[in-house]
Amino acid sequence: MEAVAALTVAVLVACGVYLALRGRTFPVVLGLSLLSYAVNLFLFLTGRLVTGAPPLAGGSAPTADPLPQALVLTAIVIGFGMTAFVVILSLRARGELGNDHVDGKGEKT
Amino acid sequence: MSHWLVLPILLPLTAGMLNLLLAKRAPGVQRAVSLCATAGLLPLAIRLLALAAGGEYSVYQLGNWPAPFGIVLVLDRLSALLLLLTALVALLALLYALNGDDRRGHDFHILFQLQLLGINGAFLTGDLFNLFVFFEILLIASYSLALHGSGPERTRAGLHYVVLNLLGSSLFLIAVGTLYAITGTLNMADLAVKIAAAAPEQATLLRVSALLLLVVFGLKAALLPLHLWLPAVYGSATAPVAALFAIMTKVGIYAIVRTSTLIFPAAGPNPVQSFTWLPALALLTLAVGAVGSLGSDRLRVLIAYLVVVSSGTLLAGIARFNVAGITAALYYLPHTTLVTAGLFLLADLIARQRGVTADQFSPAPPLAQPARLGVLFFLGAVAAAGLPPLSGFLGKLLLLQSVSPGEAFWLWTVVLAGSWTGLIALSRAGSRIFWKTEGAGAAGAPADLPRLAPVVLLLGLSVAMTLFAAPITRYAEAAASQLLQPRAYITAVLESEGSP
Repeated sequence: MEAVAALTVAVLVACGVYLALRGRTFPVVLGLSLLSYAVNLFLFLTGRLVTGAPPLAGGSAPTADPLPQALVLTAIVIGFGMTAFVVILSLRARGELGNDHVDGKGEKT
Repeated sequence: MSHWLVLPILLPLTAGMLNLLLAKRAPGVQRAVSLCATAGLLPLAIRLLALAAGGEYSVYQLGNWPAPFGIVLVLDRLSALLLLLTALVALLALLYALNGDDRRGHDFHILFQLQLLGINGAFLTGDLFNLFVFFEILLIASYSLALHGSGPERTRAGLHYVVLNLLGSSLFLIAVGTLYAITGTLNMADLAVKIAAAAPEQATLLRVSALLLLVVFGLKAALLPLHLWLPAVYGSATAPVAALFAIMTKVGIYAIVRTSTLIFPAAGPNPVQSFTWLPALALLTLAVGAVGSLGSDRLRVLIAYLVVVSSGTLLAGIARFNVAGITAALYYLPHTTLVTAGLFLLADLIARQRGVTADQFSPAPPLAQPARLGVLFFLGAVAAAGLPPLSGFLGKLLLLQSVSPGEAFWLWTVVLAGSWTGLIALSRAGSRIFWKTEGAGAAGAPADLPRLAPVVLLLGLSVAMTLFAAPITRYAEAAASQLLQPRAYITAVLESEGSP
């Protein structure tokens, strides 16, 4: 279970970094989204993987840590807002610079 | 528990929300609200400075949850100093913006207040995840402020800035997650305790998370090689925005100081030694910034490179991790912020009087007010380059004195060569702008008092810092020794009482 989860994070990060290094804005935005998915999953895993346990401390039974879930929620909201912003900014750059290259220096389309 | 601590966050938040409601109905009232809130920050910051000056830590428990379970705000000498600096720079930048720059795009006043909310929050918070949240608030406001006034140049620089900082945020979350997985806490004081007691086999993970944090904060502070975004963004931003951004790199530097002295102290029982790269990186940043300032083709880009130089100088002092080094950095920090903010505004005044040539170093019609702007530029250049008698010289002198003769070679060489290069760049810029003119008759109207006053005040504060150098240095020294004894911080936070 841990191995699968860790591998998923790794694949998402690898794809995200690869796409974020591309020259056009659309792949870059996709790469940033993949990275933020990877980060959300990673944050969720920091509370350790526990199944069927209540998120309450006290008592001797194993418990699930509720804090990472609250952190992930915050990270998702922030990540969502930032992605929306970067999409709009990319569209504006496409309009103002005449192409969708991140440096604005590709051939005019 | 004093409720004063939460006011630097609540005041801009309330003003920002109020401005949001006023945006459609009464855009004129927005200016008044923004001005009142920003002016209100100044007495508040002075009150907090008086509270912290005695060396006591003030702790505010949000929602009255005891630390480490709830989020705390912590005020010490360093936070109080930075809050005061933010209030000063913000007020003067806003006064300049009220001359018409705030109408060059939408929602300037809302974003300005949210930016202040993020900056003040980052300086006050005692919780690592909360620091991330305040970073995001100040970043998203700065993304829009950097684009204020629009134009392709700003859009191109803004896109790089946004993408880089989104990557930085991801790294920040990974570092925070790793630290939480190891220690089970996010409160900075509690983290310090848990890391000091961590098992040896976790040293590698701790080191990785500390280095990730250094990368994230280094990106904000424009530490080499993460400085490449800065000249384009600062050089193209609207003048009051660029002046406010002078404080933004200091947020990164503040975060580096806080984490390296509190959470990962080199002198602790379980040293992580992740900040060993800092001295070399700081000097390289300084050198690259100095070379960049020499190669700039516009005045605003030159000043942006001076911001890079100042980041390098500050981190070179901080990386000594002794009282003398941090004292020098804490004296130099307000000086460089005020002077670069003043120079950004002055560059805008110059650009307005040169017509289409703006602030480029090519011949243009003479300025409408060559004497006044020339004197101001000379004052700013002397302060920025670190020539006697102004505060830049004192700051650099303190820094040079902080190293023992044996290990002084690299620091002395780079700092002195950097100052010399900055001096050449600034004098070349000045002679091209003020003396190398063509044609007769100025292209722009002379600047009136409301535009000149913020510039005069910002540069005048550098003179004031020289006159009051003794009390400021004493305060910086007290702040530095407080930073190097994290034990008291930890005790203050973990044993703080809630309000009844």
